[in-house]
Amino acid sequence: MSRQKISKFLIYAFLTLGGIVMLLPFFVMFTSAFKTTQEINRFPPQWFPSHVSLDNFKSAFAMAPFAKYFVNSVVVMVCSVSITTFTTILAAFAFSRLRFPGRSLIFSLLLSLMMIPFEMLIITNYSTIVDLKLWDTIPALILPFTSSIFYTYILKNFFDSVSDSLYWSARIDGSSNWRYLWKVMVPMARPSLTTIILLNALASWNSFMWPMYVISSDKNRTLPWGLQVFTTEAGSHPELLMAASTVVVLPCIVLFLFARKYIVGGVARGGLKG
Amino acid sequence: MKKSKQPVERELGERSFFSRIEPYLYLLPFFIGITVFTLYPVINVVLMSFKEGYSHLSRSFDQWGFANYQAVLSDPKFTQAIGNTLKYVLLVVPISTCISVVIAYLLNQKLRFSALFQTAYFLPMVTSVTAVGLAWKLMYNKNFGIINYILSFIGIDRIPWLENAAWSIPALVIFGVWNIMPFTIILLLSGLQNIDPQYYTAARVDGSRGLRIFFRITVPLLAPTIFLVCITNTISSFKVFSELYPLFNGKPGPFNNLYTVVYYIRYAMMENRKYGIAAAAALVLFLFIFVFTMVQLLLQKKTKKR
Repeated sequence: MSRQKISKFLIYAFLTLGGIVMLLPFFVMFTSAFKTTQEINRFPPQWFPSHVSLDNFKSAFAMAPFAKYFVNSVVVMVCSVSITTFTTILAAFAFSRLRFPGRSLIFSLLLSLMMIPFEMLIITNYSTIVDLKLWDTIPALILPFTSSIFYTYILKNFFDSVSDSLYWSARIDGSSNWRYLWKVMVPMARPSLTTIILLNALASWNSFMWPMYVISSDKNRTLPWGLQVFTTEAGSHPELLMAASTVVVLPCIVLFLFARKYIVGGVARGGLKG
Repeated sequence: MKKSKQPVERELGERSFFSRIEPYLYLLPFFIGITVFTLYPVINVVLMSFKEGYSHLSRSFDQWGFANYQAVLSDPKFTQAIGNTLKYVLLVVPISTCISVVIAYLLNQKLRFSALFQTAYFLPMVTSVTAVGLAWKLMYNKNFGIINYILSFIGIDRIPWLENAAWSIPALVIFGVWNIMPFTIILLLSGLQNIDPQYYTAARVDGSRGLRIFFRITVPLLAPTIFLVCITNTISSFKVFSELYPLFNGKPGPFNNLYTVVYYIRYAMMENRKYGIAAAAALVLFLFIFVFTMVQLLLQKKTKKR
């Protein structure tokens, strides 16, 4: 019994230590966001700021248009997530329920496209955006992310699990495919849809590489890209940089605290990073 | 089942013109995006990699050939990029997997505060890599950083993590491991939850305990998941870029010594404006990813058969 207690204690101690290590960067970010320049350049490091004030946030927002970045990030996220969700629902339904020649062949070809890294598509997509005269505009950040094979795959899997008889009885009752999809399937698929929407929103919010390629002017930057540009201006003031980083990271943390199960469940099914 | 549907279909007028084009109407919005931004770029990047002397302004090229590949493979910057990427993969994947197996195993025990632990271990997954990277940069600071402070307790002198070429790889790898851990732990946890508890009961009846159970039962039964995790992590580590960017103000390493494959693609495209070279480099990256994806698919088929 005591041996078991010791091992339990060791497990908790180990996990707590590991958890502290995992959270350390966030701790450093949040505490530094409230420190003064003197406090941040101190050795041994000062764990907590002496005074808590929002001065660093105010200075950061005055030095760079973070409010604008924030609005841009929200606009891009809302547009890209709502369009993607719409195209995903329609396509998943077609692949799961409607019949057309070559359905399973087309679907497996799409699945094989999933292994193509986005890094490989950037060269052409960059030219396409330039050709469409959309370079350095907000739509450039939205258009390439309006349909997703991965999310369609997740939703199709759910649609496949709904029994055939439900569909046929609805159809016999005079319901059209369209009505059946939106009145029966979509409400039933709420958990899968929530997962898809959350993963998509996080990916859009944190997206860095693509905005770096296609956005050059300050007014069109989104938060992660604006933050990296800010590093040159805030060079000798890491406390301002940490305040700005907090603004980028905090919404995701809050979201995660509320929707952990959906997000973790989605990641377990195969992906977050794109 | 299939036969019974047909009369219903006929009754519902399933053979009408509308019902024949209906699926395509549902697929149209999806396929516009896929065709323009995935399918066409895939084909185009392959073609572009074989266009010699491609000019992105006039869209003209001299001839078809392998010149871009020759240029890429003989460019010392690219060889450096491949070397760094391989080093990164060979360090991050085994380290993150070993730590994650232990943590996933412990998290899978019946624990109090398990929600709290999960939050701590999974949080890096949802936060912006480039934003958190700036906090890591602060932690790596030679003079005021918290990492050198903690290391000073065990008598280690200040390490120039981000200022020295030799230390920049460990700095990147530690950040990379931290960043990939949540994803790894989650996949391993779902693998652990699929292990039949009867194995553990049987082991306990036989008198096995703790570490013995871990090495004789958990690890072997988890082996397929561990292998899959290694492959997905290898694929994602090959694309290392966003971890690197914030640590060195957007430069690949303190002395431009840390080029990775994706950094090289960006360099060829944005700095040199040589799209053909960038395309060839992208295809080399794809070749690596393709090989590992095939291994993954083969393995998944094998485990499914069991």
